Amino acid sequence: MSLDTLLQLLDTTLRFATPLLFACLAGLYSERAGIFDIGLEGKMLVAAMAAASVAALSGSVYFGLLAGIGASLVFAGIHGVASITFRGNQLISGVALNFLASGVTVLVAQKLFRQGGGTPALSGDARFNAIELPFAEALRGVPVLGPFYAEVISGQTLLVYIALLAVPVTWWVLYRTRYGLRLRAVGENPAAVDTAGVSVVALRFSAVAIAGVLCGLAGAYMSTGLVAAFGREMTAGRGYIALAALIFAKWRPWYALWATLLFGFFQALALRPDVFKALGVSIPVAALDALPYVLTVIVLAGIVGKATPPRAGGEPYVKER
Amino acid sequence: MMQLPRWADIVLVPLISLLMAGIIAAFVLLAIGESPAEALTTMVNGALGSPYAWGYTLYYATSFIFTGLAVTVAFHAGLFNIGGEGQAQLGGLGVALICLALPWPHWTVALLAATLGAALFGAAWAAIPAYLQAKLGSHIVITTIMFNYIAASFIIYMLVDVLRPAGQMDPATARFGPGTALPTLNEIPLLNLIFAKPVPGNVTLFLALLAAWAVWEMLWRTKLGYEIRAFGKSEKAARYAGISPLRVTMIAMMMSGALAGMMSVNNVMGESGRLVQNSSEGAGFIGIAVALMGRNHPIGVILAAVLFGALYQGGAELGLWTSIPLELRIVVQGLVILFTGALDQMVRMMLAPLFARRRLAV
Amino acid sequence: MVEVAPQAAAGRQATAAPYAIELKGISKAFGSVQANKDIHIAVPRGTIHGIIGENGAGKSTLMSILYGFYKADSGEILISGTPTQIPDSQAAIRAGIGMVFQHFKLVQNFTVLENVILGAEDGAMLNTSLAKARKVLGDLAREYELDVDPDALIEDLSVGHQQRVEILKALYRQADILILDEPTGVLTPAEADHLFRILRGLRDQGKTIILITHKLREIMETTDNVSVMRRGTMVATVKTAETSPEALAELMVGRKVLLHVEKQPANPGKMVLEVENLRVRDEDGIERLKGISLHIRAGEILGIAGVAGNGQSELLEVLGGIADGTGVVRLNGVDLDLTGKLSDARSRRANGIAHVPEDRQHLGLIMDFSAWENVAFGYQDAGEYQKSALFMDNDAIRADTEKKMATFDIRPPIPTLAAKNFSGGNQQKIVVAREMERNPDLLLVGQPTRGVDIGAIEFIHKQIVALRDAGKAVLLVSVELDEILSLSDRIAVMFDGRIMGERDPGTTGERDLGLLMAGIGDNTGPVPKKGAAA
Repeated sequence: MSLDTLLQLLDTTLRFATPLLFACLAGLYSERAGIFDIGLEGKMLVAAMAAASVAALSGSVYFGLLAGIGASLVFAGIHGVASITFRGNQLISGVALNFLASGVTVLVAQKLFRQGGGTPALSGDARFNAIELPFAEALRGVPVLGPFYAEVISGQTLLVYIALLAVPVTWWVLYRTRYGLRLRAVGENPAAVDTAGVSVVALRFSAVAIAGVLCGLAGAYMSTGLVAAFGREMTAGRGYIALAALIFAKWRPWYALWATLLFGFFQALALRPDVFKALGVSIPVAALDALPYVLTVIVLAGIVGKATPPRAGGEPYVKER
Repeated sequence: MMQLPRWADIVLVPLISLLMAGIIAAFVLLAIGESPAEALTTMVNGALGSPYAWGYTLYYATSFIFTGLAVTVAFHAGLFNIGGEGQAQLGGLGVALICLALPWPHWTVALLAATLGAALFGAAWAAIPAYLQAKLGSHIVITTIMFNYIAASFIIYMLVDVLRPAGQMDPATARFGPGTALPTLNEIPLLNLIFAKPVPGNVTLFLALLAAWAVWEMLWRTKLGYEIRAFGKSEKAARYAGISPLRVTMIAMMMSGALAGMMSVNNVMGESGRLVQNSSEGAGFIGIAVALMGRNHPIGVILAAVLFGALYQGGAELGLWTSIPLELRIVVQGLVILFTGALDQMVRMMLAPLFARRRLAV
Repeated sequence: MVEVAPQAAAGRQATAAPYAIELKGISKAFGSVQANKDIHIAVPRGTIHGIIGENGAGKSTLMSILYGFYKADSGEILISGTPTQIPDSQAAIRAGIGMVFQHFKLVQNFTVLENVILGAEDGAMLNTSLAKARKVLGDLAREYELDVDPDALIEDLSVGHQQRVEILKALYRQADILILDEPTGVLTPAEADHLFRILRGLRDQGKTIILITHKLREIMETTDNVSVMRRGTMVATVKTAETSPEALAELMVGRKVLLHVEKQPANPGKMVLEVENLRVRDEDGIERLKGISLHIRAGEILGIAGVAGNGQSELLEVLGGIADGTGVVRLNGVDLDLTGKLSDARSRRANGIAHVPEDRQHLGLIMDFSAWENVAFGYQDAGEYQKSALFMDNDAIRADTEKKMATFDIRPPIPTLAAKNFSGGNQQKIVVAREMERNPDLLLVGQPTRGVDIGAIEFIHKQIVALRDAGKAVLLVSVELDEILSLSDRIAVMFDGRIMGERDPGTTGERDLGLLMAGIGDNTGPVPKKGAAA
């Protein structure tokens, strides 16, 4: 494999990892607060549709981004009401929202654009464009690192950098602030938070809302950054893969970065039959398509007993003596 | 917790949930500038307005009974099987391989063999996530979803590279032989008095009803069912009672997968007569809504399956006669799952005052 | 309108109200159950006030109302003479009330400091809060013998230390009134004594302590005044110095109580159970049983005493076939499989071992199942419950359930009623009926009377003794020393996964057993436990 191919592969990895990272961090906030969120997928999907639609109609990607976050927040709100207020089954709520998203996105996009449930291609200010980082060209001459900086790190869209920034920010919030302490506590033992006079409901809603914002960013990136249009079912299971990454990352921010980069790499690899051919392996196209999902299962199977989820995860909080 | 009379819990809660799902769907339609009234009439007429319509509704209902039962059996074991879609597609592969393997002399023999093939393939596909869950603790919801994606790719590979006859363009198997053609409802004596025109509903409907009865007997009459239900309520307590978690998880999931797989007898063998891409068309997912709506009871599953059959058929009619996309079906499906499975406590809270007041009045 | 009691009014005219807390006419119903009926109580400042009563007498409900968990249907709460609304825990904390729950409300994977500041942080950043708390904790430790490593994780602390963290949490929030709900259930006698020293120290500094317990001894030794609750009402409030344990017990139950179990001396027969060097590791690989050896003969009750969490649960689980272990377990001279295919509860029952588990709600019963389904629980294989190879004979199980309900006086005698709708005592009777009627060679019993009313306690104790007299071997695990002392023919004490020593109930006493429970053994010398009590 040539250096060029490798750099291309890493560039694609970073771009594919970005929505996974946003979604994984979304799941992290939610699950750290004790709310399972199988609905990351649906939130990403509505956000992708809303972002691309509004961007296409307004011509501004930033309006699109806001719309994406808004749509995702609405879904997050429903999940919160179902699982926090009414103590419903969090898995089922998430699954329901995924179906809802998959139907509503097509309905709305079809109504707006009549293009088979998708949006027209976005261009110009209606999409996120690549940002050249300083000295990218100047440093290109430095062996290995130079091209890596120029090809992989530089030239990404704004949301990629925001996603990378979200990792240290999340770490800081979680481990250095009062809010983070309470968030971690409520996912481990909500009774401890409640008896300390802090509202379990408010904390959990806030976490669900943060998850909504992050899924909004993930979805918006899908349709206005990664590609420049919305297509039906375009998230293709990324919400679930992000959950697998979250388990792999043991619910920790920095690990989440590495885990999503790994899964992003799998996805990037699946797009490069030529890489396999160069390695002398012949793989049917269908097998390549299935590769990220197969690897997800293998990763999930491989981390036997080592991952301890937040103790109160998935259980509605009921006051008891 | 809210305590409602049993009948209200069983009958009223699902119906109110359905009503609320309908109301919200109507708002969605209004929001995209369509007429809910027109949609409703089109759907009701298209799904229930004539024997011909019923022939379609029952055809879909047959598939949904199977997938609904699949989710039900897993639910009773405390397992959330979202992999019905993949298991159904694999079941379709089993049906196709059996149907293409021999020049079957009569449909009865073929039906028996194909059912077995469908069940085996579906069960096998469910066995892997079941084993990963029981032995390694891999989250079964995520693994079964992953297996849906993997199944889709696997079927494409089989259709494109293995089973496609030479010279055929579209990714599908060859047509099955005449000995595999299942009698449709209009070909069955007595029923042909009702169904005059050819309909896709076929004898598999009776197989589905048989399966529902068998699941009921299994869950509430056999030791296996007892163990499944006990395990589903508490894994810890089940261990105390000498129930093996590995065994129950494997058996329940494989039964679930087998039921999901068996739906393919209906569509692959009974309707299309060959295996095509995405043959199950989301029926595996609808099983979740059907099971929840049917309160995880076989009778409830049958009723909910008919209801969703009507929704499906009615939705297809929408696509034909109006500008409303078929995806409205998925919206309703999602809403029903939301209200019956996650917001059921809210529905109960809404109903509770009615019953409280009545009790006071008595 | 504020209705002021004459004493309170008089008190306020002086320096401060004499009563730290006054409850007036508190009532609370859950559905048709009246948990608290017109409760009146006045707790003088700077005293230790005991509240005693049976399970379900309404003590915990009352305290939950004081801590803002439940809202009283009627009545008034006065804190230092001022009528106070307590809609939530935040309000309780503001009113100066601190609560130490029976089940600690701690975050297991947080440090002591993090647990202490949770909800009482100064500012949005953690570092300032942590620094301040570290200093305050140091002061409190010196003042009240409440020393605990501020940087230790809760999961690494002994229960006694965890309880101190709960007290520290309350004091850090500047609680003036400290409520402790059954605080000694998880402590060794020595730890309990230490706790009471701390409580007296707090009282002498002017704090008011409310101690909720069902243990008469603690009330007599520690409190200044005691209130007795029975079936949701407050039946009496007396000065502790002017009452006796017998009088209190009678007030609690409403009739004369036999605090003793009538039984003949044991008549041990052939060897039933022999255990040699039994070891068990938990899921995290930590050794929970560190080489247990014991034996029980037919017609003999071996009582296992010890503070909860010292391996008793694991012992029951491995003998009951729920957990795997290594070593030798011999039943009637035959070695049992401890790791292989036959190491499950099904095989153990086939071998003649019956098991009344410690946790009936999560192990012994399926709460959503009906009583008759629970009667078959664990015996779903039994021949008389089968119709054929596949099908169970549900009618036969229902008939058997009716019979058992009559024999064991289970109320209400409705086989189709779900287990969760029976009272704790009747739930336990379902389990006991199911296990004892199998006529086992060995009966494992864990905490047979936890959460059970006194009437059912007497009944269950008699059943256990009757089984012994029928020539069966009984292994009894209980954290209630009284229960162990009155039922056992021999007593073994467990500490940190080991048996520290064996005693004859006729010649031993609480103090003697207490030393063993604290890990001070006969031959072995003290075994240090991580973070164990000082």
